Amino acid sequence: MLGRRWAVTGQSRYCLRDLVAESLAGLAQRPGRSVLTMLGTVLGTGAFVAVLGLAATANGQIGKQFSTLAATTVTVNDTGQPQGLNSTAVDDFPADSDVRAGRLHGVVAAGVWWQVQLQDSVISTSPDTIAGSADDNGALPVFAASPGALRAAQPSLGVGELYGSFDAQNTEPVVVLGATAASQLGITNLTAQPVVFINGLPFTVVGIIHGVQRLPQLLGGLIMPSTVAEQDFGPPQANYPPQMVIWTRIGAADQVAAEVPYALRPDDPQVLQADAPPDKWDLQGSVDAALEDLFLSLAGLSLLIGAVGIANTTLIAVLERTGEIGLRRSLGARPRHITAQVLCESGALGLVGGLIGASLAVWIVIAVALTKQWTAILDPRAALLAPAVGAGTGLLAGLYPALRASRIEPLEALRS
Amino acid sequence: MRLRAAQRLADATPATDVPVIRMRGAGRTYPGPPPVRALHDVDLVVEAGEYVAVTGPSGAGKSTLLNLLGLLDRLSEGTFELDGIDVSDLPEGGRSALRGARIGFVFQSFHLLPHRTAAENVMLAQVYSHRPHASRAGAATAALTRVGMAHRMHALPTTLSGGERQRVAVARAVVNMPRLLLCDEPTGNLDSAATGAVLDLMSSLNRLGLTVIVITHNPSVAARARRVISILDGRIVTDNRTGRQTEPASAGQEAPC
Repeated sequence: MLGRRWAVTGQSRYCLRDLVAESLAGLAQRPGRSVLTMLGTVLGTGAFVAVLGLAATANGQIGKQFSTLAATTVTVNDTGQPQGLNSTAVDDFPADSDVRAGRLHGVVAAGVWWQVQLQDSVISTSPDTIAGSADDNGALPVFAASPGALRAAQPSLGVGELYGSFDAQNTEPVVVLGATAASQLGITNLTAQPVVFINGLPFTVVGIIHGVQRLPQLLGGLIMPSTVAEQDFGPPQANYPPQMVIWTRIGAADQVAAEVPYALRPDDPQVLQADAPPDKWDLQGSVDAALEDLFLSLAGLSLLIGAVGIANTTLIAVLERTGEIGLRRSLGARPRHITAQVLCESGALGLVGGLIGASLAVWIVIAVALTKQWTAILDPRAALLAPAVGAGTGLLAGLYPALRASRIEPLEALRS
Repeated sequence: MRLRAAQRLADATPATDVPVIRMRGAGRTYPGPPPVRALHDVDLVVEAGEYVAVTGPSGAGKSTLLNLLGLLDRLSEGTFELDGIDVSDLPEGGRSALRGARIGFVFQSFHLLPHRTAAENVMLAQVYSHRPHASRAGAATAALTRVGMAHRMHALPTTLSGGERQRVAVARAVVNMPRLLLCDEPTGNLDSAATGAVLDLMSSLNRLGLTVIVITHNPSVAARARRVISILDGRIVTDNRTGRQTEPASAGQEAPC
């Protein structure tokens, strides 16, 4: 019985093409309002994509800068304990460490350095300076560095020259000054062949360095050949243990790190601990993640505000168009057709808002990358996801207005 | 498959011996508290081709009857057959389809969408039915021609006079070739000249075979009908067939069908 009756009446239909056309016409009737309604979604999705894109771009840039250095630096630490009962000296690196490490493939320069431990030191440019007087720069650190270590630091020379293996072998009393130490000591040029006195012992200044790629602490101190330091001030102490720094070719760091303990101490490689420097990505990543979370939650907030805006405007539009909705019902629209149309309108607002937001964000990422001369990196999935997120927001925001619209009594609406 | 067969049936011209409206013991009570019996014990048969006016004071039950006749509301008692189809417990989808295909509505306040042209407003009536897209413009043109509005086809409603707007609304109501034209105070917003033109149009449509029911409290509108039903306190109190032919429409008013 029911079947026959259905066969007679059929179903009222609202095909997709009509649904979309009617919804877009509804939006186009109020273009100004539609654009303003979209604004929240534009901001939300735009911020979302821009944050992801800028973070990826900046990360890529930082990664690029760090990777060159990270891939070419290996440090070897002395993990040995002081030998002998009354000794605090730690020196597990063999005397010919520079040569042994230098023989490994991929090593550009390598050497051992440590900070010299001085007690009540007096450092000055004149031999008879009293400790604690204005001319005393005793607080300046003194570093012992083999010629290989000095070269591995990749210093940029201001004036003079670096000391070499000749000076080291002959324990010549020479120092290279870091730029900061040089200015504290008042030494700017070497034409007068300046001499620095450390606890009364004279050292000829042969060069001043202005920058280093590795071991930045060298810039603040006096650097002398390790042989000279050992002869004048004794072996390295446990509180300032010696360390080897190796400048490797790109990509060789891991291999060198694995081999170098055996090259230096074939008798007891465990006493030396070789590391490629910690991956900067981890640290950078966690900092960025915190910042990214903040920005993404801001993006989410503006998306929420956008959703409230869409819900509000759609509801007002529904209330304004009760007559139209009643008319559509009288023309054969079912309540679900009304629901579908309201949802379609709010979804379209969100979708278009998402599209505009995503395109704006792409341009922002490109513009920032261009001005900083970075490489723009943007996960295409983020850009493609944005319109979907926008549409979802719109649909969600349209739920309540759609429900209200479908409950409008046709005849009441038509008579008002 | 079944739907397509159903559509053929729905579109087919029903046999003329079946009344367009057949209500038996129909009533509508709005649940309270207190419950309101807006309409009760209505027995009403409207044959195809009739021109019926329903009159009565405010609150008499005219709106309720209009709601029921237009399938916008359900009976709480009795039976109702539209075109021989029992609609008392038809699901909403079927009622909507029937409403869109067989009933044309004309309202007091026209309800034309202001941003759409006359033709687009007429085509809106075809959106919810099964009319193929290709034939819609042609059908709208034919309907507008029929109401004498072919020359203002692409005008926006805001540029039309009240009488012209109502004629566009009538075109929208008849574009789907309904069996029943249901008019709710169709001249309530019109001056006397426009009222006359719209009533002439409805008479001419009726003469071409369309069943017309007009809900009105205006005696001069009711006078055009060949049958006047008056309602009071939810009941039909008089049902007069005047037997009088409707006044002939002026020559210019009747457009070729």
